[in-house]
Amino acid sequence: MKKLARAFLGLSIPLLSGLCAIVIVLVVLIVMGEVILGGWSTLTWEFLSTGPKAGMTEGGIYPAIIGTLLLVVMMSIAGVPIGTITALYLSEYASQRSILARLIRFAVNTLAGVPAIVFGLFGLGFFIQFVGSGIDNILTGGADLKWGQPNILWASLTMALLTLPVVIVSVEEAIKAVPRELREASLALGATKWETIRKVVLPNSITGILTGGILAVSRGAGEVAPILFTGAAYFLPQLPGSLSDQFMELGYHIYIMSTQSPDVEATRGIQYATTLVLLLLTFALNFSAIFLRYKIRTRKLR
Amino acid sequence: MKSNGSKITTRNLSLSYGPKSALHEISVAIKTNHVTALIGPSGCGKSTFLRALNRMNDLIDGVVTTGEVRVDDVDVYRSDVDVVALRKKVGMIFQRSNPFPKSVYDNVAYGPRINGIHEKGRLDHIVERSLKQAALWDEVNEDLGKSGLALSGGQQQRLCIARALAVDPEVLLMDEPASALDPIATAKIEELIFELKEKYTIVIVTHNMQQAARVSDDTAFFYMGNLIEFDETKTIFTSPKEKQTEDYVTGRFG
Repeated sequence: MKKLARAFLGLSIPLLSGLCAIVIVLVVLIVMGEVILGGWSTLTWEFLSTGPKAGMTEGGIYPAIIGTLLLVVMMSIAGVPIGTITALYLSEYASQRSILARLIRFAVNTLAGVPAIVFGLFGLGFFIQFVGSGIDNILTGGADLKWGQPNILWASLTMALLTLPVVIVSVEEAIKAVPRELREASLALGATKWETIRKVVLPNSITGILTGGILAVSRGAGEVAPILFTGAAYFLPQLPGSLSDQFMELGYHIYIMSTQSPDVEATRGIQYATTLVLLLLTFALNFSAIFLRYKIRTRKLR
Repeated sequence: MKSNGSKITTRNLSLSYGPKSALHEISVAIKTNHVTALIGPSGCGKSTFLRALNRMNDLIDGVVTTGEVRVDDVDVYRSDVDVVALRKKVGMIFQRSNPFPKSVYDNVAYGPRINGIHEKGRLDHIVERSLKQAALWDEVNEDLGKSGLALSGGQQQRLCIARALAVDPEVLLMDEPASALDPIATAKIEELIFELKEKYTIVIVTHNMQQAARVSDDTAFFYMGNLIEFDETKTIFTSPKEKQTEDYVTGRFG
């Protein structure tokens, strides 16, 4: 009897865990299938290269694609260097027991758990109403509203803050993966700490830093809540021309198309196609991270 | 060449990792152009002692060092001592060979470049000289652009020795440099040590009694963080004063 029960368990556990794994794959397939089926016919070159028309029930999403790309680039420029430097401090300079290092770690972990909408509100309160209005007051005495309103700069900075904890954690992992032996070899040759970081630690962790950065950014790129109050526009036929302009964004576009459109049924195809484009964009980021990792790894082994 | 003078002397050198004490009041005099072997069972403090000589223990959080380490009569733990300069003078070879993931050339040129030597001719000269000193030149001179990681284990360790020699040290600290190597590669390293002591003062940690007996002039026996006995290698292995030393070198414990 006992033998039978054991045989049963031995068979059922792998079966069960295999099934769970398959469920994940199915979910991905269903989501992808649904989005591709619904959006494929709408996804034309014209859709990608023109702006919305006829009260946003027709036309394309060109401004939203460019807006999203700009947002991603700007948030990376703002977030990845700061995250990398923080990670360097935490892993190379700070004593693991120092109060400052523990405080930073606590802040990073807390920041990682803050909901995206709270970042949005923070961006509104801090960047727009405090920093932006402050700049306006200094420049024009508050007569002209230029920086004290939502724009792509504040949205990018808010997004950078949102991704910062992920960047810090992944970069720190990449830096920690550099063997201690290599650092010691460098230091034992009379290199200073900074020379060791610049010539040994960074070159040997650059792949990890880049992939970590890209993955963190691509994770953030799909978020809508942080840009809700800080810079995304409902409809804007032209592209942002300066940092103080608003912009359209794919995720936000999906949101308003499905909830705020005067004729939701008419925009169904556009919604699917926009979702498809957003997914493809995130996948492209993820694949570029994988590609980069592969490329640098093979180069190193040569 | 001043023989018999002391290159490194320690006085009451003690070290602890947090509350855990690792070395108790070690006082030795390591002679110039001698090979000094540090022996003892695992965890006896011999590697810690070695790393105390060029302050590599500074890199570990929570290490407290007291007492003196004098290199050429300068206490290296004094606060105004330049650790970077100390480590150039007192080079180190590690247990696991650790070439950088760079070419053979760039590995050896790493130290000189750090010191501001960028002129191609001078670098070429230093690389060739160092590789020859490390008895590796004949095996790699065809392709100096080859990755250091593509060399065999024994070659990698000699590359690390060449890399250390390139910054013109006066002392070489070796932490079980042959423990991961086969007998032939080990023999090459030992031969090399024998040649290098002409120019350098060498301190070597080893688990291998025969190796200590073969390569060293003086031997220090450590046990549980204490220096039990320090004398000429001949004396340690044939007529040690301490019972513990005798038991260890004859293989009765440890």
